[in-house]
Amino acid sequence: MAVAVAVVRGSVVGLCYGPGVSEQPLVRARGLVKRFGDFVAVDGIDLEVARGEAFGFLGPNGAGKSSTMRMIGCVSMPTSGELRVLGMDPVREGPRIRARLGVCPQLDNLDPDLNVRENLTTYARYFGLSRARARARAEELLEFAQLQDRAASRVEPLSGGMKRRLTIARAMVNEPDLVLLDEPTTGLDPQARHLLWERLFRLKQGGTTLVLTTHYMDEAEQLCDRLVVMDGGRIVAEGSPRSLIETYSTPEVVELRFADEADHSGKLAGIGRVDPLPDRVLLYADDGDAAVAEVHRRGLAPSSVLVRRSSLEDVFLQLTGRTLVD
Amino acid sequence: MVRPVVAVLERHLLLYRRLWRASVFSAVVLPVLFLVSIGVGVGRHVGEVGGVGYLAWIAPGVMASTAFQVAVGESTYTVLGGFKWGRGYHAMRAAPVEVRDMVAGWLLYVLFRVEVAVVVFLGVTGAFGALRSPWAVAAPVVAALVALAAAAPVTAFAASIDHDSYFALLFRFVMIPSTLFAGVFFPVEQLPQVVRPLAYASPLWHGVELSRAATLGVAPPWPVWAHVGCLLVFFVAGVVWAVAAFGKRLQD
Repeated sequence: MAVAVAVVRGSVVGLCYGPGVSEQPLVRARGLVKRFGDFVAVDGIDLEVARGEAFGFLGPNGAGKSSTMRMIGCVSMPTSGELRVLGMDPVREGPRIRARLGVCPQLDNLDPDLNVRENLTTYARYFGLSRARARARAEELLEFAQLQDRAASRVEPLSGGMKRRLTIARAMVNEPDLVLLDEPTTGLDPQARHLLWERLFRLKQGGTTLVLTTHYMDEAEQLCDRLVVMDGGRIVAEGSPRSLIETYSTPEVVELRFADEADHSGKLAGIGRVDPLPDRVLLYADDGDAAVAEVHRRGLAPSSVLVRRSSLEDVFLQLTGRTLVD
Repeated sequence: MVRPVVAVLERHLLLYRRLWRASVFSAVVLPVLFLVSIGVGVGRHVGEVGGVGYLAWIAPGVMASTAFQVAVGESTYTVLGGFKWGRGYHAMRAAPVEVRDMVAGWLLYVLFRVEVAVVVFLGVTGAFGALRSPWAVAAPVVAALVALAAAAPVTAFAASIDHDSYFALLFRFVMIPSTLFAGVFFPVEQLPQVVRPLAYASPLWHGVELSRAATLGVAPPWPVWAHVGCLLVFFVAGVVWAVAAFGKRLQD
């Protein structure tokens, strides 16, 4: 009898404290872990992504970004911890969740033997769209991807940027609640990247929730409202790009290069935080020009001086002691 | 709302529409040439087997063997490629398509390919007067059983391997022997007693005997249910294996 009462009370408690439908986060992780044998890819992370947010995972290769994305995409099962996507459990309700996700994987998986339009319509059919609806949706997405004039072209000869745009357009085919982009611009030339960013920015403006991974600082700064910095499977910092820079860096950074191999850190002490790298010395300062003046006043003669805005790269360096791009 | 299995089948058919010309020769023309050259050429020296002309005797065997070869051939590189090269299965996996839909959609496509080849072949066979029984209408059903019994395990195998060089082993040690010793060209009773179990273990032999029973209107060596049962065992075991192999491959 006592057991029965406990069960009833348990369910009532569940109802009372269940998350409200309106404000529940689209993604919620608590102590999320992914192990492959002995290797710990994701080592107990907590995060929440709200509706309408552009959320980023920033980190080097092997930081656990893609593993986390694959768990959110319900194609990889968590080893332990709690994960809710769109309020559902990925282990039990994978297909229902995937029906409302858009996924742009790191490796293109377009059908190379189908043409551009057929790639969109075929994918639309996987989501249960009628033929007529699939064709209409394909036309809308061709325009979004700026591929109208390539609609009848096979995928194989398209440029890398076009393929990426098509993959992203394909991910939008079911009008998803949440779009997952795993390194959307890796391997693209600068022009193609900017075009892609512009498209993603349009999605964001339209209210689409984006979750993306990147190892490009400029990408994270361009696209993300909020991001987590990952390293070795853990989250080492979280915040908006601006707040991370404010917390872990200074507004400006001076890059000094010296012709000689000598260690100049001692002479630089007191001007700002000094970070000697193999090829240059970073000097963190609120006012870069004033710092440079002080360097010269102390009689140092660097062979080159660069004053720049602080970036997430500096944040990453400060947090992990390593540069992000090898 | 379209079921995912239908969407998967449609995708394969759409791809086939681009490539079908290449397959017509091997799936349709070649078996017919084979039938004519062996049936007529060799048949002149052989005379009668089992009370009928040699061509009429081997026609159902060549039909079953065509079903077997199309099913095996389709289920190798195309399946592995869907995981390894084009990654089409990964794309389905990111959509709400489940592994069982992928396997079922694929097997339906193979069935379509086999039935087209077999129906054309039976038409030609009929023109040669080699269909001797009204039971011949059951031959496409037999071909379907052979196709599924062969395609399911080969699909599973293709989904389990990492490199396409394993297919050479499959062709050399499984497909060619099971074609040679499956009673297509001569009755298995002519094989030494010790080798015969090889034939019994081949899904093709059961298919050959059933289709011969159908086109000639004779009783097969084993009861019909036993031959059908053997083919169904291959099919069901293959599907179970394939679903497991697809799931494992797409899991992490």
